[in-house]
Amino acid sequence: MIYLNFRRNPGVVTRFQDRNAMPGKAGMMLKGCSRRSLLMGAGAAALAPSLSSPALAQRGWEPNRPVQFIVPAGTGGGADQMARVIQGIVSKHKLMRQPMVVVNKAGGAGAEGFLEAKGARGNPHMIVITLSNLFTTPLATGVPFNWQDLTPVAMLALDEFVLWVNAESPWKTVAEFAAAAKQERLKLGGTGSKQEDQIIGVALSKATGAQFTYVPYRGGGEVAVQLVGKHVDLTVNNPIEAVTHWRSGALRPLCVFDSQRLANTEKMTDTMAWSDIPTAKESGLDVEYLMLRGIFMPAGVQPAQLAFYEGLLEKVRETPDWRELMQQGAFNTTTMTGDTFREWLTKEEAKHKTLMQEAGFLA
Amino acid sequence: MEELGLLMQGFVVVMEPQNLLLMLVGIALGVLIGVLPGLGGANGIAILLPLTFAMPPVSAIIMLSCIYWGALFGGAITSILFNIPGEPWSVATTFDGYPMAQQGKAAEALTAAFTSSFVGAFVAIVMITFIAPVIAGFALRFGPPEFFAVMFLSFASFVGMSKGPPMKTVCAMMLGFLLAAVGMDTVTGQLRMTFGSTEMIRGFDFLVAVIGLFGISEILCSIEDGLRFKGERARIDARVVLKVWASLPKHWWLALRSSLIGCWMGITPAGATPASFMSYGVARRMAKDGASFGKGRIEGVIAPETAAHAAGTSALLPMLTLGVPGSPTAAVLLGGLIMWGLQPGPMLFVEQKDFVWGLIASMYLGNVVGLIVVLVAVPWFAAILRVPFSIIAAIILVVCAIGAFTVSNAEFDITLMLIFGVIGYVLKKLDYPLAPLVLALVLGDRTEEAFRQSLLISQGSLGVFFSNWLVSSIMALGFALLLWPVVSWVLERFNAHRSRTGPALPRGA
Repeated sequence: MIYLNFRRNPGVVTRFQDRNAMPGKAGMMLKGCSRRSLLMGAGAAALAPSLSSPALAQRGWEPNRPVQFIVPAGTGGGADQMARVIQGIVSKHKLMRQPMVVVNKAGGAGAEGFLEAKGARGNPHMIVITLSNLFTTPLATGVPFNWQDLTPVAMLALDEFVLWVNAESPWKTVAEFAAAAKQERLKLGGTGSKQEDQIIGVALSKATGAQFTYVPYRGGGEVAVQLVGKHVDLTVNNPIEAVTHWRSGALRPLCVFDSQRLANTEKMTDTMAWSDIPTAKESGLDVEYLMLRGIFMPAGVQPAQLAFYEGLLEKVRETPDWRELMQQGAFNTTTMTGDTFREWLTKEEAKHKTLMQEAGFLA
Repeated sequence: MEELGLLMQGFVVVMEPQNLLLMLVGIALGVLIGVLPGLGGANGIAILLPLTFAMPPVSAIIMLSCIYWGALFGGAITSILFNIPGEPWSVATTFDGYPMAQQGKAAEALTAAFTSSFVGAFVAIVMITFIAPVIAGFALRFGPPEFFAVMFLSFASFVGMSKGPPMKTVCAMMLGFLLAAVGMDTVTGQLRMTFGSTEMIRGFDFLVAVIGLFGISEILCSIEDGLRFKGERARIDARVVLKVWASLPKHWWLALRSSLIGCWMGITPAGATPASFMSYGVARRMAKDGASFGKGRIEGVIAPETAAHAAGTSALLPMLTLGVPGSPTAAVLLGGLIMWGLQPGPMLFVEQKDFVWGLIASMYLGNVVGLIVVLVAVPWFAAILRVPFSIIAAIILVVCAIGAFTVSNAEFDITLMLIFGVIGYVLKKLDYPLAPLVLALVLGDRTEEAFRQSLLISQGSLGVFFSNWLVSSIMALGFALLLWPVVSWVLERFNAHRSRTGPALPRGA
């Protein structure tokens, strides 16, 4: 800890404080930190000059050992892919001196990864990428964890959800689909249990008045293929999970669960682009759901350390590699940091709690 | 033959010096990864994935898939030499491979394992080259009931293969199922049998259990037996390779059957591990003197290795054509494809011909290169057994501990590995078979999941397992294999009765 404080430039701390002037307890904590670090910085210059090179001091805090990048999901999934893209971008564009090491902690629907981050209080060499299990896993399993046990760093993007049916099914619009769903109980395939896909299913039931049989699978790719093979009747796959089957003519998108249409206007099939898919609201379904792709740090880290990762992720987002990933996955590229992000998280947690309570998913 | 033309173009891509070099690097790394238990192909590729970010996609996939081939080859080495499966699909290889090594035939076993791996892969690649589109469509027919049926078939073909008394076999298998159930229940999203412990959330990883049950318990047994390897007198002779090769052609039917089992399991996609178990079980069942399996039969090495490599290779097919990974390693490669800007799925074969055929060409060449690399190294691998036990045992323990840690970066798993080591030792002393336990542990989770998914779909009706010709025939085959021991026992009794009353005939096996 003390060693880390040696390098801090008081100027950086002040700037950070200005940007994130937080009221109440959090603000007090930040002020306390900066005063202490000022004192330590002064002491450090005398005690260990060899440790603090002037160049580093100018740039504020930097990791001084490899950064562990925890993925609370298995290898190959959406969160894992994104984490590895970030890792690749950071090393390709040399955004950080220390290497970044991606570690999968998928146990208990991600609980393992979150609990590890919770236990690493004050460790600035750990970041976590999250998906909706940030809210759903503790709610569904009762694992003692809440997002407030971590320090939110940034929202990188929001992942979209699209209502897919088999292209050979007779349903061309949401209205036709909803009418059919009321006639017979349709099978909804999704990833995991009591996670985002099933929650959308519950919202869909509420909006259409139809009941669905939810069938949980392990991964999004598998779910899409089950729909192509007609083992289920509908899915709410992310764009990137189903795009190839859409383009090959096997699947048909009915609506996207966002308040506005997708941005990408490039034709994906002969007739349609992502932007041609109507929103759920346009189609008369009041369902909106987006999945967080965000980065968190353990609680109790220093403001300068947080600022370093905020800056790092900003640089990542500016690279062409990142833009390509966003384009490919038709992501909603909303980003947030600081207080706005915290507000968003608070609202989103309440929303998950309500939906899961209504569905009887709470542990 | 459009395919042949495209394949030739693929070879042109692969033959570029840079790609050839990456291929060699990949194979060497893969063998290393395969040898280290725990650091499986999936982990190894995931670690190296970001390095390939700046490469052209074809070069990247060549290197990564060569790591995969290397890991498939390398997994057999520690299974045979030390009874420690480097990879899940090598567990079945230990059953006969390790006894062979104990009899001083380590080099023979290694040669047989590597060669049959190559044969299995080759059959799978030829299949991918010529009938990929047809087969890819077939995988679409596999929903949860079909998947359960395949798993059921794996269990059925394996039941009765253990030498232990039936009740002990059942006990061991049930213990495996019990351990597999710990952790997250994917169907309900609830934690099961974790007793509020954070460490238990992960459940019992199959590899950690296997490293303990097989590796650590073996070391404990060796210590009891007098601190030395039984196979240390192994003759090290480069000509062993040729001698084994001369004896292999007579096992052509076994190899072909195992390849087909492997291809089928890779495509469905159930993966290499059940394929190796199923192939071993079927080989034992079909052999005239099945009882001698598990005591060092070369067939017991050929069958699982051929099937595992065939499955491992053909698992790439559903990944490329459907975007569904047939193995954990394929899942990581799938993520890689997306990172390189390629969208796996039906459009890949249409839009990215260079990439697809470059990959297929690299499969041919990569496996040939891999075979040469590992065969050249056989005498050296076998010579490891000459190192005094007191030195090598310590090294094995450390490697096992690293392996157990690497599986999910958890220190607790090292403790768990040691506990499993003691359990394995006790079970061995009490003559409980370990194979059924391992089989249930590795497949139990997914079998249960498929069963419950099927019942969700059918609203609770068991009829779903006989709802179409595909699932019905797999289930029927499974029941036939399951009931075979009972039927043959009844027939034997019947014959014995007749032979006592009728003319005395010498009874066969």
